[in-house]
Order: sequence, then C-alpha cells, then structure tokens
Amino acid sequence: MEPILELRGITKRFPGVLANDHIDLKLYKGEILALLGENGAGKTTLMNILYGLYTQDEGEILINGKKIDIQNPTDAINAGIGMVHQHFMLIPVFDVTENVMLGNEYTKNGGFLDKAKAAKQILDISEKYNLNIDPNAIIEDLPIGLQQRVEIIKILFHEAEILIMDEPSAVLTPQEVDELFKIMHTLIDQGKSIIFITHKLREVMECADRIMVIRGGKVVGEAAPENADPEKLAAMMVGRPVELKVEKELATPDGTVLEVKNLTVVNKNKKIEVDDISFEVRAGEILGIAGVQGNGQTELVRCLTGLMKAQLGKISVLGTETTNCAPRTITELGVAHIPEDRQKDGLVLPSPVQDNLILNTYYQKPFAKGIILQPEKIHQNAEKLIKDFDIRTPSSIVPVSGLSGGNQQKVIVAREFSRPIKLLIASQPTRGLDVGSIEYIHRRLIEKRDDGCAILLVSTELDEVMQLSDRIAVMYRGKINAIVDADIVTKEELGLLMAGIDTEIDTEKRKPTRVHEIVT
Amino acid sequence: MENSTKINKKIFRRAEKEQRRQRIMGIIFLAIAAFIWFVLARTTVPGSETLFVMTPGGSSVISPNFKFNTLLVINIFAVLSLGCGIYQYFKGFGKYTNLVLVLVGIMLTISFLAWGARNASINVGGMLRIMLMRSIPIVLGALSGILSERAGVVNIAIEGMMITGALVGAVVGSLYGLWAGAIAATLAGGLISIIHGILSIKYKVDQIISGTIINIFTIGFTSYIVTKILQEREWQYLNESGIFMPTGIPLLSKIPYIGPIFFNHNPYVYAMYILVFVLTIALFFTKWGLHLRAVGEHPKAADTLGINVFRIRYVAVVLGGLLAGFAGSYFSLGSAGYFNQDMTAGRGFIGLAAMIFGNWTPVGALGAGFLFGFAEALAQNLKLLGIPIPSDIMLMVPYILTIVVLAGVVGRSRGPAAAGTPYDKESL
Amino acid sequence: MEEKVDSGKKNFFKIFYEEISKSSFTIIILAIFTGLILGGIIACATTKEIYDAFGESFSTGIIESLKFIWKTYSSLFRGSFGNPKEMVDSLFSGDSALIRKAFKPFLESLVVTTPYLITGVAIALGFQAGVLNMGGEGQLFMGSIMAGWAGWTFKGLPPIIHVPLALLIGVLAGALWGFIPGWLKAKTGSHEVITTIMMNYISFSLSQYLITGPFQDPNESFKTRFIEESAHLFRFFEDPLRLHIGFIIAIAVAVIAWYVLYKTTWGFEFRNVGLNPDASKYAGINASLVTILAMTFSGAIAGLSGAVEMLGVNFRAVQSLTTGYGWDAIAIALLAKNHPLVVIITAMLFGFMRQGSRIMQINTGIPIDIISILQAFILFFIAAPAIIRTIYRLKNPKETEPEVEISVSGEKL
Repeated sequence: MEPILELRGITKRFPGVLANDHIDLKLYKGEILALLGENGAGKTTLMNILYGLYTQDEGEILINGKKIDIQNPTDAINAGIGMVHQHFMLIPVFDVTENVMLGNEYTKNGGFLDKAKAAKQILDISEKYNLNIDPNAIIEDLPIGLQQRVEIIKILFHEAEILIMDEPSAVLTPQEVDELFKIMHTLIDQGKSIIFITHKLREVMECADRIMVIRGGKVVGEAAPENADPEKLAAMMVGRPVELKVEKELATPDGTVLEVKNLTVVNKNKKIEVDDISFEVRAGEILGIAGVQGNGQTELVRCLTGLMKAQLGKISVLGTETTNCAPRTITELGVAHIPEDRQKDGLVLPSPVQDNLILNTYYQKPFAKGIILQPEKIHQNAEKLIKDFDIRTPSSIVPVSGLSGGNQQKVIVAREFSRPIKLLIASQPTRGLDVGSIEYIHRRLIEKRDDGCAILLVSTELDEVMQLSDRIAVMYRGKINAIVDADIVTKEELGLLMAGIDTEIDTEKRKPTRVHEIVT
Repeated sequence: MENSTKINKKIFRRAEKEQRRQRIMGIIFLAIAAFIWFVLARTTVPGSETLFVMTPGGSSVISPNFKFNTLLVINIFAVLSLGCGIYQYFKGFGKYTNLVLVLVGIMLTISFLAWGARNASINVGGMLRIMLMRSIPIVLGALSGILSERAGVVNIAIEGMMITGALVGAVVGSLYGLWAGAIAATLAGGLISIIHGILSIKYKVDQIISGTIINIFTIGFTSYIVTKILQEREWQYLNESGIFMPTGIPLLSKIPYIGPIFFNHNPYVYAMYILVFVLTIALFFTKWGLHLRAVGEHPKAADTLGINVFRIRYVAVVLGGLLAGFAGSYFSLGSAGYFNQDMTAGRGFIGLAAMIFGNWTPVGALGAGFLFGFAEALAQNLKLLGIPIPSDIMLMVPYILTIVVLAGVVGRSRGPAAAGTPYDKESL
Repeated sequence: MEEKVDSGKKNFFKIFYEEISKSSFTIIILAIFTGLILGGIIACATTKEIYDAFGESFSTGIIESLKFIWKTYSSLFRGSFGNPKEMVDSLFSGDSALIRKAFKPFLESLVVTTPYLITGVAIALGFQAGVLNMGGEGQLFMGSIMAGWAGWTFKGLPPIIHVPLALLIGVLAGALWGFIPGWLKAKTGSHEVITTIMMNYISFSLSQYLITGPFQDPNESFKTRFIEESAHLFRFFEDPLRLHIGFIIAIAVAVIAWYVLYKTTWGFEFRNVGLNPDASKYAGINASLVTILAMTFSGAIAGLSGAVEMLGVNFRAVQSLTTGYGWDAIAIALLAKNHPLVVIITAMLFGFMRQGSRIMQINTGIPIDIISILQAFILFFIAAPAIIRTIYRLKNPKETEPEVEISVSGEKL
C-alpha cells in the first residue's frame, strides 16, 4: 500500500544547529503515527516544515506519491494538511466562528462575511465528532480543553485529510486525554490520518499504530506498540540507558514551614481562582500540587509569592504572616521561587548571567555596600555558581538569552539555591527541558528536601508530581479536593480527582505502589 | 471544605488598577457635580433666563431657539451628575463608563453655557458647527491610527504625516487647484508611511522610534521648505491655495437643528462621515477586516492559516498614511488657506488619544473627536461670553481632557494585543 | 566537529574588511556621512542658483553643487569650531580680544551643547528604565520659567545661595512635570508617550499665560522681567564669550547619571525594570516605584536643563515657540544607546551642528531646519543598520561567524 504522505531526506539547519538530519517518514492512510522524542529533538521542526511554516533545506514531500512544494501554510492546507499546535493559534477576543473560518471565510456579495453559513458548518462538524462547541462562544471564555477542540474543528473545517497534533495532551487531565484518543479514533474511522507528536511514552503505547523515535534531529528507531519495550524506547529517545524512576528515600518531615489557611484569591474579572484552600508544607518534605492548567495553581503561586492579593485567608511562613506582603519581604524570610514562565518572569534575558544570578539579592551584602554595587563580588559569585551548578555558558557576562533552555533554568535554580532557604516554591520546573536537565533538576530538588527545606511543587506533569512528591494535593476549580500520600495513591485516582470527580481513596490496606512510570 | 457560598456574599475587590480607575472616574463625576452646584448654581440669580440660539450664523435654515430658566436647568444637571458620581464610585458603570463620562461632560457643558449666558444669549448652533469643524483633523487622525494599530503597527508619526499633507496640499493646491491639492496631500501621507512601514515591519525597528524619526524629519523638512522657499516673495504664490467652500447636502441640510450644523460644510466633513461609516463596515464585516484584526491580535495564528502578515501590515500602514495626509490637507485647504509651521499643534497626538478613548473603533473616534472639538469651540467663545478665563488656559483643556481620559479609560488593555511588537517569523 | 578555516590563509585586507563591517562604530560614521550627503542633496535641490547652474550645463551644475555643498558644510564647521588658522594666529598674537573672537564659535558650541547634554541624559535615563519620556520639552519649559521666577523674585541674596536655589526650583518644577505622567503610568497604565506629549502642550499654554500675565514685565509686553544678577550662572570669560558653569554642571550630570546607572543598586533596578518589568517584580523589585522615580528624575533633569539655560543664557523668558530640545534629546539619547557618557558625545554632535547651522544660515541661506533633517537621516540609518550595510556592501556580522555544530540539547559536539 502506498503511503498517503512521505517525507524523504528532510534536512533543516538553523544557525549553529542541525535540527533535522535527512529524515525519512511514511504515513499510511487511516493510521496514527506517533513521533516520539524529548524536548528539542527536532520533531516540532519537522512538522513545521510539513505545515509550511519553515522550508526544508533539502528533501522532498510527497502526497499520494506525488511530489509537492510546500512554501507556506496555504500550500499545506491546500494539500489537505492541518495542524493543531502545542500553543494554540487562537485569537482570544474573537469568537469560535471567526477563529475557525479565518483564512477560509465564507463571503457573500464580494467580501462581506457570512458568519451564519460558517456557524452552521461548525455545528455539523461538532456533532459529527462529538465535540460540543458553541460557535458563538468567545475563545477567552472557554476552558483550555474546549479551546483545543476548536483547534480540531478548525482543521476539519479546512478539510484536512492529514492531521498533525503537536503535544495535544499537555493541557489535559488523564480522562480528557482518553476523550481525545476517542476523538482521534473517530477521525481515523472517517478516513483521516494522524501524526501525533509527543514526549510521553505512555500515551504513545496507548494510542499509536506505529511509533517513530527521533533524537538529535535523526530517526533512531521505529516500533509497533505491541512489540515495543518502554525502557528500550526511552533509551532510544535519550541516547543512553535511562533511570525510569527517581531514587529517593522516604521523607522525614519536621516542623511546619508554610501554612495556608482559607486562602481565597479573586482575579480582576471577579472570578474566584483560589477558593478557600488550606494546607501546610513541612520541612524536609515535598508537597506536590497536581491539576490541569487553569485550575488556580498559577494564582495560588502568585499569591504565595506576593504578586497577587489574597481576598481572604492567611499565609504564614515559619510562623510569620506573609499574606499580601511585598515579594521582597517574603523572599527575605527564606522563600525561594522557580517561576512557571522562566523567560518572562524568571530572567531578564538581555542582562548578563551574573546579574541574573543576583536579581533578588543585589542589594544585600556582599553584592552591595549601601547602594554601591561590588562588581568583584558579583563576578566571583557568578563564577562559583556556574561551576557548582554546571551551567554551560561562554562566560558570566554574556546575556542570559544566549543560553539553552536547560541552562537558563539552571541559572534560576542556582540563584534560588544559593541563599539559605526554608521554603521553595517550584512551578513547572522542568517544562520544555531535555531529559538531562530534567534529571538534574529533579536530583537537586530531592537534595534540597533532604537538607530540610520545605518544597511546594506545582506541575501539570502528573508523572513528575507523583515521582517527586511525598504528599500530593489535587486542585480542581480553585479548590483542593484531596491531600494524599504519594506512595499510596494511583494515577487513575489522581486523574479522577483532577477532573473533579470525588474519589474515595482507601488507604487502609493499601501497599505502597511505587509507580513504574517514565520520568519524561 | 468551607462553604463557598459565604464567599459569594462578600464584596469582591477587583484588581487594583481597575478599581483605582473606577474611583478616579467617580471622583471626577462628583467634582463636576460639585462644580455645577457650588460655582454655577450658587452664583445664578433665580429667575435668570438663558437663550440658546440654535441657528448658526449665516444659515438660511432657521431653527427654533431654547429659552429656559437658568437655575432650574443647572440644578437638575447637578443632581444627575451627583447620582452618576455616587454610582460610579461604589459600583462603576463598567464598559459604559466612557459613555457616562461623555454624558456628564455634556451636562457640565450645558450648565456652563447656561450660566455663562444667563440673562443673555449664546449661539449654541454656531458652537456646534465649530465643534464639527475642529473635530475633523482629530477624527481623521484617529481613523488613521485605528487602521494602523488594529493591524498591530503603532503609529505616532500621524502628526508628521499631517504636517506633510498640509504643506503638500497648500503648494499643489496653489498650483493646480484644491482637489489636486487634496489628492497630492493624501499621496504624500502615504509615501511617508511607507518609510514607517519599512523601518518597523521589515527592519523591525521599535515602532515608537520609527515614528519619532519621521516626526523629526517631517517637522524639520516642512519648516525648512517654508523658510527657504515659501517665505521668499517670488515663491509666495505657491502658498495661497484658498479653501474649500461649504456646500449643503440637498435635503439633509434643511432639517431643523441638525441640518445647518451637520450638513452644510466643506467636503472634509462629509469625507469624515463617509470614512467612519466605510471603515466600520470594512473592519468588522468584511473578510479583509477580519484578517487585519487577526494580524493585530495574534499574528502567529493568522500566519499559520496562510494570511500574509507582512502584506496586511504594510497595507494598513499605507492606508493609515493616506488618511493622515488627507487629514493634514484639512489644515491648509479646509481651514487656513495657506501653510505655516505649527499648524497641526499636536492634533496628531490628540487623534491617538481619541482613538484610545473611542476604543479603537471608528464610531468611538468620531464621538471622542466631537468632544475635543467642542472643547476648542468653547475656548473660542469664552471671550464672547465675557467669561474671564484667559484663552491660554482654555486652550489647555483639550490636552488636560486627554490625560483625564487616558487615566480613567476603562480597559486600556483592550487595544489590539499584538500592537507595538514587530512580527518575527522565526519565533516559533 | 568542523574545523574553522585556517585564518592565516585569509589575507590581511579581508580580515580588516570583516572587522570594519562588524563594528558598530563604522555604522555610526557611515550613517553620519550618508546623512550629510543626503542633506547636501536637499540643500542643493532647493537652491535656485544650483538650478541656474545646471541650466547652463551639467558639469557647471555639478561643480556649482559641489562648491555649494562645500560652502555649506565648511560654514557649518567654521560656525561650530571656528577657523583653525584664526585660532592659532590669535594665540600667537596674545591679543585677548582677538583670542576671544577666534574661539567664540567653539565655546559657543559648548554653550549650545549644554541643554542638549542635560536633556539628553534625562531622556536616556528614562529610556533605560523603560519609560519613553517624550515630554522633555515641557519639563524644560517649566524648569526654565520657574527658575526665572526664582531669579527675579528673590532680591538681595548672595549668588552662592541664589543660584542653587533657583536651579532647585527649576528642578522641582521639571520633577513635577515628570511625576504626573509617571504616576499615571504606574497606577493606571496610561501610556506615557501620549501623556508626556499632552503635558508638553499644557506647559506651552501655561507658560504663555504666565509670560503674558502674572510674570509679565511691567515695561515690556510678552516678556518677563530680567532675573537678578545674583542668579546668573558664573561665566568663565568676558564677552562675547558666553561659556558658563552650566557646561560643567552638564558634564557632572552625565557622570553622576552614569555612575548611578551602572554602579549602584538603584541603577541596577532601573535597568532591569526597563529590560523586563515582570521578572524584576518577581525578584522583589518594586517596579511601579521605579517607573515613577524614573519619570520624576527624568523630568527633574530636564527641568534642570531649562533652569540652566535661563540662568546662564537667557536671563528672561520671552513669548516664543518651542525650542525643539525635547525632541532632539530623544534622538541624542537613542544615538547614544542611552548610555550617559556616550550622550556627552552625541550631545556635542547636535550642539555643534546647531551652533554651526546659525552661521551656515547667514552664509548660505540654508535654514537651520536642515539640522533636523540631517538628524533624522542619521537616526534613520542608525536605527536600521542593515540599510547602511546594503548601501556600502558591508558584511553582516552574523554571516562571518564559524559554523559550530551544537547538539540540540545545548552541548557543543
């Protein structure tokens, strides 16, 4: 059988990087092909070439055996290729109909929009694939799971036959991921073909018909799920044998460091983001907050770090109340923070590495005497941290924008860890990083915990939360609906909690199940 | 879990900035109410009567006048303003705040006029006519800004494009007639905007810097031309274009009240009406408009759907430039009849403020333009009314008004999301 | 791993060419040079005599154009610096009047540079903190008027008190003018570009009102009184030289600004808030306060500029239109990439050009506005260096870097 899509020898270079190295790929009609690889392996670049956002330096694309030239997304769309991007390409202030028909609008009388016609078609698609979308809803009012469905409707509206889905599960609960897989199978039944990009082994095993592993811009292996061994696949992804679980001893928690009581946070649109939650974190333990993005975790962290006001409730660190205090006061109490968006909130990209390393301590001794900065001390500090934390950088005075994602995160970690801290709040600490960096950060977190620091870990990667945490709290719609022992709870139970379904967790006769899940 | 119903009953605080804006507006409304009550009402003798003449001078259509008891009207408006102020301070009008500001402003104005003309008369019709004329460059400037910024390109060089249009209009108008002058001015504005486009879209220069460069160049260049050439006696004929004469629209100009005020003007006013209408339709009801707005909100999303971001931005910038050039020609061809430096006096910037006040919509810009135009008309009339406020101080009013509006405008964040950021194709 | 091509094999000129291409200094020089050429073309294109010469013949036209351009720019030079021969001769002659006359252009240029320098530092400081202060003009006006008021209102004070007092009042006036837009930006998010421009127009109207009203000289209309002698800034030399201590103040301001920006914790905060207010907030810096302070200081320094002009040069306020210092200061700051010490150089560039243009206008009839046009061209080329590179066929620095293959996880292979 001839493949519906074939890529031959695709090569793409960026300054200093060979992103795709003579990649061959075949996609057959009616199959789900999974592209597996760690962050930065080159899979998104490959798909961007297929979708016309980049042009390949070498290589050909064939549809149904015929060579085609894809210079821009319009060519791709005309060839029947559609892409659901990892970061949604939706315009928040427009409604569903406008977003879906953008680029392919129905018009009447030469140029005037015919929204009614498009809306009808959207409803038809929505019913056919069980997507449940109201064409008149404004995008920014929709929850993320529904926004993703709008993306799917968009590419179906443009009559795609080949669908590319880039890390679609990043923003979904496990149950929603199952829903997504059902939708994908419906699409396959209707004759579509899907390329599914991910770095999550588990998903690939569940839904793919074939698996292709990409590492360092090259194809390093192919497998079918029935024959595949997860450990071998992981090793292929990373290039060396991978420890699939984090080594850690049982925690021995001490006194309470962070205490949160009845905390309520309301955003500027009068929406309750954090709804009357209480919890505590003790020294020497990691409390993980699990939950799908958008359930209040971001607001919780912003409130704890002093960037957002709490309407009600009390936060205290080691007995001192910190509710609505200035960020600096909170920091000076020994609180450290690894922010979710490292480039926006964690680093001043054009500033040198050494300045970023003292971004929250520049005014203290020894970096400043009074208001005069002490450049030698600042430099020494930077050299030391670069060595201790193995930060790969040409020097301490280059702008931090020149570093890779993993090294940028190391700068933030080095900065936060380089002062005595009692509480660490880590938000999505390994998002977008390669496996080596992920392992490194996980190790440092465990070390800090064993040193007696209290750690609040907020992450949407359920595996990460389960691996690292000693206790897990689940947030759903601003509330915490359970705080459980990490060794005991199962992934399914967490998934149900994350979706807001009340689950009884029977801990009486349960043996600790060390979940054999993959770290990546 | 505690009851969240308890929380629902409490009053929620909004984000600080939003609430501060709301309160500032509330205080402004209350201050206006206090002013009306204490300054205006208290100094009015009961029984005074004011006559609002509604027929502009020189109009052939006579509209009935308004004669009324001064104190009564002033008191009513004071109370209404008070009510608005209290409501705004504690609850807030939300997205209607701008509208209420306009209403309260109208109340203040009528009270002020009534007071100023107590036991006398004032030609309100004439003032409204002047308002309309003064608002032209502001509205056109705002429309220019809207076109460009809705596509994501901030243009602070409207002032510079206007002054270029004014000069080109004057010179070409002197040589080849008014219509030629207007067309040439429009084209000149477009030409200058191409430079802004190239700098900010192709070379990704910061849009504010790009605009500043154009302002420095055009203001210097027009001044240079005037000094070097137009002021020389032998070349002065190049700067005597004359102006467009007002013409009435056949049926509409006969309507009482509205006719003489709105429909008996030079072509610029009619162009303004048409442009507001056309741009509203184009931006919000056509495919082209959808693409343009998409590019201004989320250029990456538009790009992934095959929309050419760069081309749309260039087109928007050039259209905006054409409009700005046309707006500039108003100064020389529609108002003064010749060109001199400083003709534009910052109207390009006030146009930007009008754009923001009008929430980036053409109709909103029209309303905001009327507001500023009226302030200028008022400034002119003070002497006639014998109100002892120096005209210099009155001239400050439009600018102070702009600041007040910017401070109190609800939802500044409602501008096009991607405005001001150069589009980088490789940033994926 | 690929080996870099053995550089010994490249010949000397190629390396020199590459270095020159990469240097941003080259870009600046070429930008100025190209700007001057374009300015010269405009000057020729608007001068009747040149057209007449072309009417005679093409070569006459070209010769006349070149002669005209030379005359224009040499007047500019002589107006800025003076005639080198005259200067040397006068020194040898020992006649002090002759010396003063010969050095007048140069020293006068320094006088004209002074307000550019101070205002330029003001704007650069704001830019570094992420505040686009377009209101230098208005802040300068207010500083000038209020310093003048202090100058003629207080009588009988010794200069050592009167001068600092008057300067201080000017600084405070400018600070107020800067504070208002700064506060508005921090607390309501209103864009400072428009609010500062509006403040400009308000200050124009206000000073008009003051000059023709409460501050008016009882004997002369539309002008204010003269300030007291005790408020005059110290002048180094006798007439006709006007160099006053304001120039030293200006240099001091630039140095202090540099020190604060790069050597103190305040400057650290300013710069980082300017580069990324979000990350700065996360790190505990009070970004709102920095914004307000930056606008206020920027306004204060601009006010100082006006005050210095009033006390050092003008001695009274006259009903007049704008000076253009505010807008020029923006260009000066941008050209200097907002570095206070480099502002000294770019301010001198503008100041010398401005001073020279006066003589140029007398000699050639070219209006001083040509300077604005020149500045716009230079800025244009500096803002988009790629254009200069294309015109002069310079290499893009990015192309000359060796290809080093880096693995996608960020490690060098």
